[in-house]
Amino acid sequence: MSNVFTLLLSREARLLCRRPAELANPLVFFAIVIALFPLAVGPESEQLRNLSPGLLWVAALLAVLLSLDGLFRSDFEDGSLEQWVVSPHPLPLLVLAKVLAHWLFSGLSLVLLSPLLALMLGLPADCLPELLLSLLLGTPVLSLLGAVGAALTVGLKRGGLLFALLILPLYIPVLILGTGTLQAALQGLPTAGYLLWMASLTALAATLSPFAIAAGLTISVGE
Amino acid sequence: MNWTWFHKLGSPKWFYEISGRWLPWLAVAAVLLLVVGSVWGLAFAPPERYQGNSYRIIFIHVPAAFLAQSCYLMLAVAGLVSLVWKMKVADIALQQAAPVGAWMTVIALITGAIWGKPTWGSWWVWDARLTSMLILLFLYFGVIALGHAITNRESSAKACAVLAIVGVVNIPIIKYSVEWWTSLHQPASFTIAGKASMPSEMWLPLLIMVIAFYCFFGVVLLMRMRLEVLRREARSSWVRAEVLRQAGEVR
Repeated sequence: MSNVFTLLLSREARLLCRRPAELANPLVFFAIVIALFPLAVGPESEQLRNLSPGLLWVAALLAVLLSLDGLFRSDFEDGSLEQWVVSPHPLPLLVLAKVLAHWLFSGLSLVLLSPLLALMLGLPADCLPELLLSLLLGTPVLSLLGAVGAALTVGLKRGGLLFALLILPLYIPVLILGTGTLQAALQGLPTAGYLLWMASLTALAATLSPFAIAAGLTISVGE
Repeated sequence: MNWTWFHKLGSPKWFYEISGRWLPWLAVAAVLLLVVGSVWGLAFAPPERYQGNSYRIIFIHVPAAFLAQSCYLMLAVAGLVSLVWKMKVADIALQQAAPVGAWMTVIALITGAIWGKPTWGSWWVWDARLTSMLILLFLYFGVIALGHAITNRESSAKACAVLAIVGVVNIPIIKYSVEWWTSLHQPASFTIAGKASMPSEMWLPLLIMVIAFYCFFGVVLLMRMRLEVLRREARSSWVRAEVLRQAGEVR
């Protein structure tokens, strides 16, 4: 069973490596959205520094959302999803491998890019560990929850906007905890509580959402 | 325990017949309770010490907010029933209850805004309870939009069921995470268990209004569900007979 998991993981990784442009798009989007804010609210460093927790998290959230829109589309179109559904292996395990591979490439690269953009917004360097840790714990939740929406809307012609409508309300706890961590770090307050809450959300999403994703895919394929 | 009634719900025809018998009683109860509760609450209940008469909107605001939240829970229960037992009536209940729940959320938000102006001095504040009601409204929009987007009835009902269940798991998390902010809203002054923090002259009409809203919801839901049953089963012979009978009565 775990053999299938690693096999699927390496297949997905190979496929993602062959389309580097698709991987770069969310990162470029993340950087552009961050660059828009100083242009919109003005270049005062004090104001930008106070706004930076919210800006970073909203931009990261939208970038993850954008990257997930087509998560299952190509598999749906070429029939691989049907094979997953009829295969003897448990579907939740397969989708977990798929989402994990996607996160390893898009989510993790987003986390790695974030310190640069944070410093450009004037976030003090001693807040960077909190930023990295909160994004590291938060982006898997975003990917897993987003995959539920992607699974439900994969069969629809114009599912993009609907997908965002379904998933954005569910992202709110992650957003609150993530910005809360950074705000606390900015003010020199302890952040362990926020990070522990975020970690419990990650554990909850990793254990429960594969079943919801699998149910969504079964419905979409069965249509 | 006898579960025959539950298995019988699998038949839309049986549901149509039994709901037709319940509907008049429920409708009478809803109208009576609404009239009694609103007249008592709006005219006879004593004015509040600090807020004067402006507090009286509570008799609409609180029942609507109650109903808005429990309706989403009902969506998830109906979704679970429809996924586990593949029951058509549960599908219908899920999709017909969603718009009613969304309207109740809108009513709770609007009456809250009207109440907020004299008491807090502004129509809208980003307070924990208001924000989580707004998010609840967005969750309702999601279920309704997904139901409309998928044309195949069976899979649209299943997809809505999955979404409602995911949403219900998330609602407590959203609620508590939103409460990380300091709250302006008064804590719930009305719980079913435990002692109420208001005198019984105010508490009783409020209870009546809450029950009245639930009855009203039941009436609207049953009417919408019966119409949808007729639509879905339009090809079966009992629906034809029923429609012909009703048309004959009208004539």
